[in-house]
Amino acid sequence: MNSRSSYLLWSLILLLLFSTFGCQRQKAGITIAGSTSVEPFAELLAEEYMIHHPKSYIYVQGGGSTAGIEAVRTNAAHIGMSSRSLTPEEKDLYAVTIAKDAIAIIVHPQNPIQDLSLIQIRQIFCGKIKNWSDVGGPSRPIILVTREEGSGTREAFQKMVMENEEICLESLVQDSNGAIRQVVSSDPNAIGYISLGLVNEKVKALRVSGIEPNLKNILHGRYRLVRPFLFVFNGSPKGEASAFLEFVLSEEAQNLLAKEGLITIRP
Amino acid sequence: MEIKERIIEKILLAIALSSIAILALIAFFIFEQGIPLIWKIGLKSFILGDRWVPSQGSYGILSMIVGSFWVTFGALLLGIPLGLACAIFLCEWVPPTAGIVLRPTIQLLAAIPSVIYGFWGLIVLVPLVRTYLGGPGLSILSGSAVLGFMILPTIISISEDSLRALPPSYKAGALALGATHWQTIWRVLVPAARSGIVASIILGMGRAIGETMAMIMILGNSVKMPSSFLDSTRTLTTNIGIEMGYASGDHRQALFATGVILFFIIMILNSLAITLSRRRVR
Repeated sequence: MNSRSSYLLWSLILLLLFSTFGCQRQKAGITIAGSTSVEPFAELLAEEYMIHHPKSYIYVQGGGSTAGIEAVRTNAAHIGMSSRSLTPEEKDLYAVTIAKDAIAIIVHPQNPIQDLSLIQIRQIFCGKIKNWSDVGGPSRPIILVTREEGSGTREAFQKMVMENEEICLESLVQDSNGAIRQVVSSDPNAIGYISLGLVNEKVKALRVSGIEPNLKNILHGRYRLVRPFLFVFNGSPKGEASAFLEFVLSEEAQNLLAKEGLITIRP
Repeated sequence: MEIKERIIEKILLAIALSSIAILALIAFFIFEQGIPLIWKIGLKSFILGDRWVPSQGSYGILSMIVGSFWVTFGALLLGIPLGLACAIFLCEWVPPTAGIVLRPTIQLLAAIPSVIYGFWGLIVLVPLVRTYLGGPGLSILSGSAVLGFMILPTIISISEDSLRALPPSYKAGALALGATHWQTIWRVLVPAARSGIVASIILGMGRAIGETMAMIMILGNSVKMPSSFLDSTRTLTTNIGIEMGYASGDHRQALFATGVILFFIIMILNSLAITLSRRRVR
C-alpha cells in the first residue's frame, strides 16, 4: 500500500516535470506584439495572411509599443509593433515602416465646433482655454482626454501639436484609442485624439486649421498630424516573419490598410 | 517505512515553501527594480512630490497616494454602514429561508470579476454623475461607489463570523437584564465583536486600495491633486496599470517604486488586521 502510494507520488512528480516539455505550441506560428494602435490592423492583416497560408498561425497581442519592442529584443515575440519611431537606445533593432497613420482630434457629435486651429488645440490641451465658448462653442467647460505617458500616440501628439507646451495635468487619461473614443462619445464636453482609422460615427473628427482629415489631404501633405507605424525585428526578418512582412508590404495588404483609413507607404 | 514517510514529508514541505519562495521572489524583484529609482530621486521627493511627468523626469506620487486614500475613504463611507447593517441582519434577524438565499448572493458579489464592476460603473454610474452632478463623471465619487459594493462581501462575511463567534451568554445576559433586542446588539454584541469588525474593515480597505481594473475604467486617471469628490484622480495601482504598457527605463522603475510604496501600505494594513483579529481570539 505504502510503496504503491509513493510510486504514485513519484510518477505524479515526473508527470509534472515532463508536462512542461510539451508546452510548445502545436501549430507553427509567429507572435506579433506591441502598440495597441497598430494591433487592430495587424489582426486584420494576420487574418488575411492566414487565409492565404492555412498552415501558419499568427498570434497578435497588444501591450504597447515599448512592451512590443522589449518582447522582440528578448525574443518573446517575432515581430514588434510600434506606433512611434525608435529611440536612440532601440536603434540596434531593425524597423520597417508598414504604413502611416493620421491622428484625428475628436469631439462629441453634438458639439457644434467643426474646426480648430493648431494653436487653439495646443492651448486647449495645455489648459489655457478652459471653456468651449472661447473657441466659438457653447459656454461649457472643456473636458480633456489624453493618452497615458509613454504611449506612442501621446508622444506623436506632443511632438506634432503641443511642441514645447505640456499636456494639462488635469486631463483625463485613458490607456487606449478605444477608451478615449468611448469617453469622448459619451461626454458632450470632451475632446481627445485617436488614430484616424479608428474614428467612427460615435465621435466627430475636427478639421485642423480648416483642413479635413481625409486621405486626399494627408497624401498631399496638407493634413500634418501623421506618424509612422513600424514592424520591429531583432536582426533581419527570417522565415515566417519575413514572409508575413513581405505580405504586409504587398499591394493587396496595403490596399487593405488604405481601406481601413491608414496611409500606405506605396505612392 | 520511516524513510518513505520522511521523504513524503520533505516533498510536501518543499511544495509549501515554494509558495513562500514565490512571494519572496516577487518582493525581491519589485524592490530590486523600484529601490534604485527611489534612491536616485530621494524618498522624500518621490512620496511628497506632486508632479508626475515621466517624460520630463518628474516622479512624484503624492497625488496618487492622496487619490488612493480619497477613493478608499469614499468606499468605506458606503461599505461600512451597508456591510455592518447587513452582517447584523444576517446574524440576528434573518429568517432561515432568506439566509439560504442571501449568503450565497453576497458571496457571489465577491465572485464577479472587477472588470464587470468597472464596465457597469462606466456605462451606468458615470453618465448619471456627469448629468446630475457635473464634472467629467469619471470621478472619485463614481469610483468610491463601485468600490463600496466590491468590498461589501469582505466586510459582511468577516463581521458576521465575529458576531457569531461571541459566547451565547452575552446575548442571553443582556436580554435577561431587560435590554431590548436592538440595545443588546448595539451596546453588547457589536462592541464585543469590535476587533473582528475592525479587522473586516481593514481587510476591505486593503481590497479597496489594491483594486485596479475597475478603477482604471472609472476614475479618469488624471494626475492632478484631487480637490473634490467630483474630480478625476489616479490611485497607486492604476498608475502602474495604465502606464506599464509603454514604460521603459526610469519610467518603468518608477512604476515598480510605486509598487514598493503600495507594498508597504498593504503590509501595514494586513498586519493591523491580523493583530486585531488575534486579539479577539485571546
